[in-house]
Amino acid sequence: MGSQSYVTIMKEWDIVAARQMGRDIAKNLGFGTVDQARITTAISELARNIHLYAGEGKVCFEIVESLEHKGIRVLATDNGPGIRDLSQVMEDGFTTSGGLGAGLPGVKRLMDDFDIESEVGKGTKITTTKWVR
Amino acid sequence: MDTKDLDARSYTDLLKGYIKTQDERALYGAEQISKSFIKNNILPEEIVNLHIQALLEIYPDLHELIQPSMNFLLEAMISYGLAHQEYQQLREKQLELRSEIHLAARMQQILLQSEIPQTDDLDIGVISVPANQMNGDYHHFVRGKDGSINIAIADIIGKGIPAALSMSMIKYAMDSFPESEMSTNAILKSLNRVVERNVDPSMFITMFYATYKPDSGKLFYSSAGHEPGFFYSSKANRFKEIEAKGLVLGVKPDTTYSQYELELNKDDMVILLTDGVTECRKGDQFIERDEVLEVIRTYMHLPAQEIVNRVYRHFERIQNFQLKDDFTLVILKKVV
Repeated sequence: MGSQSYVTIMKEWDIVAARQMGRDIAKNLGFGTVDQARITTAISELARNIHLYAGEGKVCFEIVESLEHKGIRVLATDNGPGIRDLSQVMEDGFTTSGGLGAGLPGVKRLMDDFDIESEVGKGTKITTTKWVR
Repeated sequence: MDTKDLDARSYTDLLKGYIKTQDERALYGAEQISKSFIKNNILPEEIVNLHIQALLEIYPDLHELIQPSMNFLLEAMISYGLAHQEYQQLREKQLELRSEIHLAARMQQILLQSEIPQTDDLDIGVISVPANQMNGDYHHFVRGKDGSINIAIADIIGKGIPAALSMSMIKYAMDSFPESEMSTNAILKSLNRVVERNVDPSMFITMFYATYKPDSGKLFYSSAGHEPGFFYSSKANRFKEIEAKGLVLGVKPDTTYSQYELELNKDDMVILLTDGVTECRKGDQFIERDEVLEVIRTYMHLPAQEIVNRVYRHFERIQNFQLKDDFTLVILKKVV
C-alpha cells in the first residue's frame, strides 16, 4: 500500500479538484494519455454521483502495487441515502441522468476492477482500480 | 503484429499519403480503416490518440498548440467510447433475448399443437400464424368417445408473450374438463371462471367453442365475445354470419352462455377465425369482412387445408408479408 490522498466533495467545483488530483497521480504512475482520460472520467462520474445524490462525500486515491504492476485505486464514499437496487444501477441502459454510456456501468468499463457496497440510509462505498499496462 | 498495431501503422501511412496528395484514394483508405476500427472495437478516444501519435511521427516538431488541442478532443471522445461499448453490449443482449424468445415460441408450438381429427364426415383445414414470434391465438380439436368433434378457437386481446403465456393456461384448464361430455355453453362457463380467477384484469380472452355430432349432422356452438364466423350454405350458395351472443371470458365470475345449433348438409362449410383475419390491413385501411368471403369463395372448390393455406397467402401478400396480428383460420367442410 502506498500513500493516500483525498478530496472532499461538497460543491460542484470539488469535482474538478478530484479530477486534477487523480490525473496527476495517473500521469506520475506512467499511464498513457488515453488511460489518463479514462481514469479522470471515471473519477468525475463518481464525484458527480456524490455531489448529485449524497450531497457530500470523499474521493480518495491510493497507489497500489501487485507483483507485476502498479495501479491507481479510487475510493468514493458518502453517507448519503444509499442505493436500494444495486443490480439495477449496474444494468446497462438504466441511468437516472439519461443517455447511453453514463453512470456506474460506465465507470466499471473505464476501470479494471470495480466493487460497490451500499446500505440504504447509511451510504455508499465504491472501490475501483486501474492498472498500468 | 496484431490488428491494432497494423491499423496504427496503416493509419500513419495513409495520413502521410493524404497530406502529400490530398487525393480520393487515401480517403477511400480512411473509409476502409474506419470499418476495421469498428470491427475490432477500437474506441473513438483510441483513434484520436492514434491520430496524435501519427502526427507526432510525421511532424516531430508539431506546433506546440496542436497537441493540447488534440488532447482536448481525446477527452471529449471518452463518453462516446462508453456509449459505443454500451451499445455493443445491449446489441448482444438483444440477440440473446431474441434467441430465448425463439426457443419459447418453439416450446409453445409443441405445447399447443393440436392434431386435426380424421373423419369421414368433415374435411378440416386449419392455419394459425403468429404476428410476432409467439402466438396469442389458440385452437384445438378433441374427438369425443361418441365420434363427436370438439373445436375451440380463441384470441387473447393483446399479443406477444403475455398473450402466449395466458394461452398455455387456457389449454391446461381445458385439458382438465371432460370436454366431450359437456355442452358448449357449460365449457365456456367453466373456462370463464378459470380466466376470471387467474388472468390479469386488463387481459381478456374471446373464444368460440363448437361440437359437431356426426349422428345428427348438427353443429352445437357457443361464443364468448369471439369474432363471428361464417356458415356457407351450399344449397343457397350463400355465406351467413354465425350469430352467437356471449360475454368475453374473464370479465365477471358468474357469466353464463347460450348454446346454439346449426344443421350441416353436404358441401356446407363452417368458417371460424380470429380478428387477425378480418382486420388485415391494406395500407392504412382495414379490409372488409366480405373480402375474406370473396377470397374463400375463389378457393372453396379445393380441400379445406388448401383453402386456408391459399387464403392466408392472399392476406399475407396484401399486407406486405408483415402480419399485424396473429392469424388463425379454421374451415370445416361437410363432405357427405
